[in-house]
Amino acid sequence: MDQSASKPDIRKIKADFPTLNRKVRSSFDLIYLDSAATSQKPEMVLEAMDRYYRLSNANIHRGIHTLAEEATAQYEDARQRIAKFINARRSREVIFTRNTTESINLVVNSWGRSRLQAGDLVVLTEMEHHSNLVPWQLLASQLGIRLEFVPVDLTGTLDLEVYQGLLEQGPKMVAFMHMSNVLGTINPAKEMISAAHRAGALVLLDGAQSVPHLPVDVQDLDVDFLAFSGHKMCGPTGIGVLYGKETVLESMPPFLGGGDMIKKVFLRSFTPNDLPHKFEAGTPAIAEVIGLGAAVDYLDAIGMEQIALHEHEIMRYGLDELAKVPGLKVYGTDTLQRGAVFSFTMENVHPHDVAQVLDDLGIAVRAGHHCAMPLHEKYGLPATTRASFYLYNTLDEVDRLVEGLSRVNQLFR
Amino acid sequence: MDDLYREVIIERHKNPHHRGTLEPYDYSFEDENPFCGDHIRVDVRTDESGMITEAVFSGHGCAISTASADLLIESIIGHSVEEVKKMTKDDVLELLGIELGPVRLKCALLPLKVLKAGVYGLDQASDRLVEGDE
Repeated sequence: MDQSASKPDIRKIKADFPTLNRKVRSSFDLIYLDSAATSQKPEMVLEAMDRYYRLSNANIHRGIHTLAEEATAQYEDARQRIAKFINARRSREVIFTRNTTESINLVVNSWGRSRLQAGDLVVLTEMEHHSNLVPWQLLASQLGIRLEFVPVDLTGTLDLEVYQGLLEQGPKMVAFMHMSNVLGTINPAKEMISAAHRAGALVLLDGAQSVPHLPVDVQDLDVDFLAFSGHKMCGPTGIGVLYGKETVLESMPPFLGGGDMIKKVFLRSFTPNDLPHKFEAGTPAIAEVIGLGAAVDYLDAIGMEQIALHEHEIMRYGLDELAKVPGLKVYGTDTLQRGAVFSFTMENVHPHDVAQVLDDLGIAVRAGHHCAMPLHEKYGLPATTRASFYLYNTLDEVDRLVEGLSRVNQLFR
Repeated sequence: MDDLYREVIIERHKNPHHRGTLEPYDYSFEDENPFCGDHIRVDVRTDESGMITEAVFSGHGCAISTASADLLIESIIGHSVEEVKKMTKDDVLELLGIELGPVRLKCALLPLKVLKAGVYGLDQASDRLVEGDE
């Protein structure tokens, strides 16, 4: 891959994000290292949403007037661009939800509830975010399905031998995260999906951390469901996507009931609407869909390959530099299959104190269990500090982080 | 506005040439547009070779959907069922000779959706039936 040809100019990218050009703690340039929680939003996304509200605000799909026509066209046009972004065959395979969590709940409640019965096996992993654990736990307690977990080792890698063994037990579904929000591990999704298919299971991939940072191609992966959130990929909050293979979505009952998801309604029955409307009950987040469409345009213009390369460079540099900080331990793999996410602990310093000291220097990180309590438990950690990078971060910001961590050591060691 | 309600569309809506029902029929199907409640039924008779000899529509709808139905029916008489199966959105837009936004497009495409669900013997008329390559 030619890296020099269209290597993105990060200074120019940074200028597109209003929040990244403000000062914090009176005099510090903001160093935003919490994109795994939510990304910042470029001007283009804010403008698209603002323009919709200022010029075309109307409800969609039904109105005959100009504004309704414009709103419907913008909404459905965004769906097509988002479908293209993940290389879906058809835009009707893209269902709008509130976020990754709701997308997973849709699969669990529509597909799971109608297909699974007591004793059926669903395979998850130990590194899952709570959003891909709790919905399945709820279903397990109600239907009596069985949950088994692929173990993660201390390098942050899934044990694929145990996975193979679990597949031999004939699971109906395998659900796992593409990239870990804590360890940064990029799981071998394609290999795991084809193994699951050979065993007769469907696969739900949690793409919350992968879709914003890597090229993700649903046809190449051959994945049955892909869930992701707009707000982690330069889009607004309140909008998420469930991609599903058309044949699978067609065979599923509706999730939420209400307006828009019906074709006909009688007092005691209804017939569901066509895809994708069948799964979009009620007035959707129209401005947010339009905003996510703009976010996808923004990422496309830079190129997901370029973004992945840039973050890979940060990941390599970050691991090297963090290793030099006394008393600091980074969790996870140092192989190539890792994103620019560093969860770490510092000897004798609580993660919250680390985050507090960094904040005083204008550096935004996160401290806690990052919605992955079982994973932290496995590592025997109550919490970690996490620095997560995105397309708008620079190698200089890694240096600033390391300087900040030296300050932490000065104070506490 | 003049474009949307071209004379032919108003005329076909007021005085459709092919309104009615057939009994018996070889193919019949009815469905509605969930977004506005337009309801269209199409009945078709064919000869032994699968050529459409008679076709009519019934139901209720806006000017766009009834004109679309009337022009569609006219265009398929004398043609084979196999040809109907190949028809898409573009054929309907050509018949109507107008550009349509996403909301009114649903009105225009309802008759073709119903017709194709009928000749394919489906139990539902879905959007997929009338799409070209997306």
